[in-house]
Amino acid sequence: MAKTKNLLNTDRPLTIEEAYAARPRLWWLYTLIVLIIAALLGWSGSAVSYKGLATKGVEIARGIGNGLLHPDASLLFNLTSEGVPYQLLQTVAIAVLGTLIGGVLAIPFSFLACDKIVPKWVALIFRAIILGIRTIPSLVWALVWIRVTGPNAFCGVVTESVCSIGMICKMYINAIEDVDTRILESLDAAGCNSFQKIRCGMLPQIIPNFISTVIYRFDINVKDATTLGIVGAGGIGAALIQCMNSSRWSMVGAYLFGLVVLMIFIEIFSTRVRNRLARG
Amino acid sequence: MKKNQTQEQAVVKPALFDRVFKPRTVTLPNGHTVQKPVSRAPFIAAAVIAIVLISARMTGFDFRILIERGNQLGYIIGRIFHPDWSYFRGLWVEADRGNTMKLMNALLDTIKMSIMGSMIGATLALPVAVLASTNINRNRGVVWFLRILLMVIRTLPTLIIAKFASLIFGLGTYAGTVAIIVFTFGIVAKMMYESIETIDMGAFEATESFGANKFQSFWSACMPQILPTYLSYCLYSLEMNIRAAAILGYVGAGGLGILINEVIGWRDYESLGAILLALFVVVFIIENTSETLRKRLS
Repeated sequence: MAKTKNLLNTDRPLTIEEAYAARPRLWWLYTLIVLIIAALLGWSGSAVSYKGLATKGVEIARGIGNGLLHPDASLLFNLTSEGVPYQLLQTVAIAVLGTLIGGVLAIPFSFLACDKIVPKWVALIFRAIILGIRTIPSLVWALVWIRVTGPNAFCGVVTESVCSIGMICKMYINAIEDVDTRILESLDAAGCNSFQKIRCGMLPQIIPNFISTVIYRFDINVKDATTLGIVGAGGIGAALIQCMNSSRWSMVGAYLFGLVVLMIFIEIFSTRVRNRLARG
Repeated sequence: MKKNQTQEQAVVKPALFDRVFKPRTVTLPNGHTVQKPVSRAPFIAAAVIAIVLISARMTGFDFRILIERGNQLGYIIGRIFHPDWSYFRGLWVEADRGNTMKLMNALLDTIKMSIMGSMIGATLALPVAVLASTNINRNRGVVWFLRILLMVIRTLPTLIIAKFASLIFGLGTYAGTVAIIVFTFGIVAKMMYESIETIDMGAFEATESFGANKFQSFWSACMPQILPTYLSYCLYSLEMNIRAAAILGYVGAGGLGILINEVIGWRDYESLGAILLALFVVVFIIENTSETLRKRLS
């Protein structure tokens, strides 16, 4: 290989002054980036003009602040179906069922969409189906499912199980593609049959990945379940939006407080479990 | 040090499970004994089944509804996947401008909201991320306060923030932008402080020892290290925001969501298909552009 030239195209080592003088100057790139950002800001600013507060904006803001500071304590520790604990539990239940069903449904999909296992055209068809599922936002899925199941928690479950498939499949496929196939060959050489090969060669490699994916998705699904509640698919979101619409801010405060505590708890739990799975 | 560790490992107590269910001792043909712990699989399976049953009861899970009314879903999905092409006809036929312009405006509003929100949110996130990283800010109290604040912000669903914003600032794109700013701020600041903590602090200390103050040494020693990551996080958040902004309209915060809500209310699923198709094209273009840019950055 030819000797690499330095910045001034000479072979001798540069002095510090020369190296400094010949430092790369990217001012045109920076100017370009600044210009692009300024142009984007100017363009998008046209839609987002500040038109002042809503007529009751200040009052509502004060109400929200008040409600958040003084959550309705009777609601927080109320064990009936109105209370925060029950609503939170229902939200978690929606997420659990949705994630589990989604995770199970995703297994055949991801094997069929993995072009290492099935012919290319089959994989392509299933990838297109997964893309189609992912394209429709979860809110729209919920609005469509409501026509089937009616506005209740069951709608949340089916919506989540369909919506989870997209992301879970993507990560399952990665896990399947990462499988070390040499192990299968050595099991073959040891005289194992197909079932034994899958049981001892494949499953130990993919199961930790699969479980980790499902737990990660569970984390997202709890949050999504709250959002879906807003369109009527059960859980704490439904209760929250009702209180917001009727301006009962202290109840809003109680629900939000419960939600934040639950989310933090689940995030910590999911991070710890996934760290343990990753370390084996 | 190493010796200590091995000693610790030797005296480590067995897990609670193994103390309750004593492991079985197996004597191998060569005389050694090994302990085979009791399998945990049945217990895990029982727990999972119990959780599933409780969840199913709580959510009113019912397969019969799915079987009886499942065809309804097929019907709706079928209509969504036969989009109403007349929605796009206004692009070239003068007489059909109405719906097309409505769609284009909503789409542009969505894009503008997410660009504006991503930019402002990401800009606000950078200083907070610096203050929330333990290797630069030695003040534990501030670090933990900011981290907990960020955590709380991240737990709030975007749609709820948008609802609050639309109550305070009135319906429209401004409320949506506020919601996106808050969301971007939370997520970018978190990802940034995590990556600021992994940078090489040697250069920072060197510039500080030359007499530069904290800000100067951060600017010249750390900024070049974190800038590519920062930009790639900004683009990533833009990708997420386009998807999020599309549904914010449901609570009246401007953009495509308003249209989506409208056509679903009319059960006009062909138009819904057209709107989703337009959204898909935009998301696809922006995701691919930003992915290429992010690859160049790393």
